[in-house]
Amino acid sequence: MSAAATSPWHQAKIERVARATPRIVSVFLETDLPRHIAGQHLDVRLTAPDGYAAQRSYSIASAPGQPIELIVEKLDDGEVSPYFHDIAQPGDSIEVRGPLGGHFIWRAEDGGPVLLVAGGSGIAPLMAMVRDWAGGAGSAAITPMMLVCSARTWEELAFRDELLQLEASRADFRFVAAITRGPRQRDSDRAERLDASALKELIAQWGHTPRHVYVCGSNRFVEGVTRGLPDASLLAAGMIRTERYGGAD
Amino acid sequence: MVTRGFTGRRPTAAFARRLPPGQFETDDFPVLAKGPTPQVDLATWRFTLSHGPRPLASWNWAEFEALPRTVWQGDIHCVTTWSKFDTRWEGVSIDDLLAAAGVAPPSAWLLALSHDDYDTNVPLADLVGGRAMVATRFDGQPLTAEHGGPARLLVPHLYFWKSAKWLKGLRFTARDEAGFWELRGYHMYGDPWKQQRYSDDP
Repeated sequence: MSAAATSPWHQAKIERVARATPRIVSVFLETDLPRHIAGQHLDVRLTAPDGYAAQRSYSIASAPGQPIELIVEKLDDGEVSPYFHDIAQPGDSIEVRGPLGGHFIWRAEDGGPVLLVAGGSGIAPLMAMVRDWAGGAGSAAITPMMLVCSARTWEELAFRDELLQLEASRADFRFVAAITRGPRQRDSDRAERLDASALKELIAQWGHTPRHVYVCGSNRFVEGVTRGLPDASLLAAGMIRTERYGGAD
Repeated sequence: MVTRGFTGRRPTAAFARRLPPGQFETDDFPVLAKGPTPQVDLATWRFTLSHGPRPLASWNWAEFEALPRTVWQGDIHCVTTWSKFDTRWEGVSIDDLLAAAGVAPPSAWLLALSHDDYDTNVPLADLVGGRAMVATRFDGQPLTAEHGGPARLLVPHLYFWKSAKWLKGLRFTARDEAGFWELRGYHMYGDPWKQQRYSDDP
């Protein structure tokens, strides 16, 4: 068997790069990777002319069965994120591996109610779950879903318009924005840093007891939201899954 | 395959020698965990060495702290591609732990067991001979909860998911049993120098 046939790395063509927020771009890829499960990630490998390579993980934001969409936040001192923001163009090729990860995932058969909590670009894997759910996810009995997104400003909420539209069209979907450095736009949003007590209030207003909770963001965000969240009356620690973005780019 | 326009940011030659393939060096200490950080109470903390379901030895916190101490300094490597250099840990080596238990290893395989129901498999050969410890201090300070305190396994020559946080015990198993991430697509052994990240890596 040739090395090429056994390599886990696949060539992916950049179909387009679209601005999602002032600091985040969406990168759409054409790949021959197997179908992913909502919440999974890809490993991305970029190689310089002398063979030096950098490898990073990015969560997939698109629904299973749809073309791969990654979102990349620009870190000014980063090594990989500036490539996607400043250099990558349609038609360029990168290498990808995956889909990967078997814990921070949601499938329709996992049921709900589902609570999703995102900090900044941590929305990526949760957006895949929202889109999978919104697409029917192959199930007639759709479970309620609530997505709480924290961002510094209203403009920095990735997928904001899509989420507002989804909420307007679906009574069983609730979208709450938590804006930390600016005014809130709607009475149903919050203008504060999220913590466990704020989240418990939102759950009470929602009126459903979550069966699965997914929290994704920086470690600081995830710690702030989950410290005190395992709560014997409401949520067992085992139903809360976390994914933390490290200091990497 | 060369990526058009990508130049990258190379480490110095001295750092490059210490970096396993596919890794980059960071000054941060990123945190990764499958769920919320468990708050482990030292008053009820207990570390148990077992063979299958059978306890071989166990220590409460004061007893554990009285065991011989070992210091290790060196580099650690996370499968998510960050490496951190010159980390300094203190704890009880597995050699000293087995000696204190006064038992001969009943098998060649172990599962590290955590308070958050996490587990991960490590061969005995990778835990003894000064290669691993149960660490209770980092950089001279008690290990913080988000980095696995009060006690975590430290097996620095393997990817860091093997260094289970919030450790409550080590269990000898009859064979090499997959743990939490090993059941979810990650490699059974996890040698960073061979890039054994995922289950389909050789």
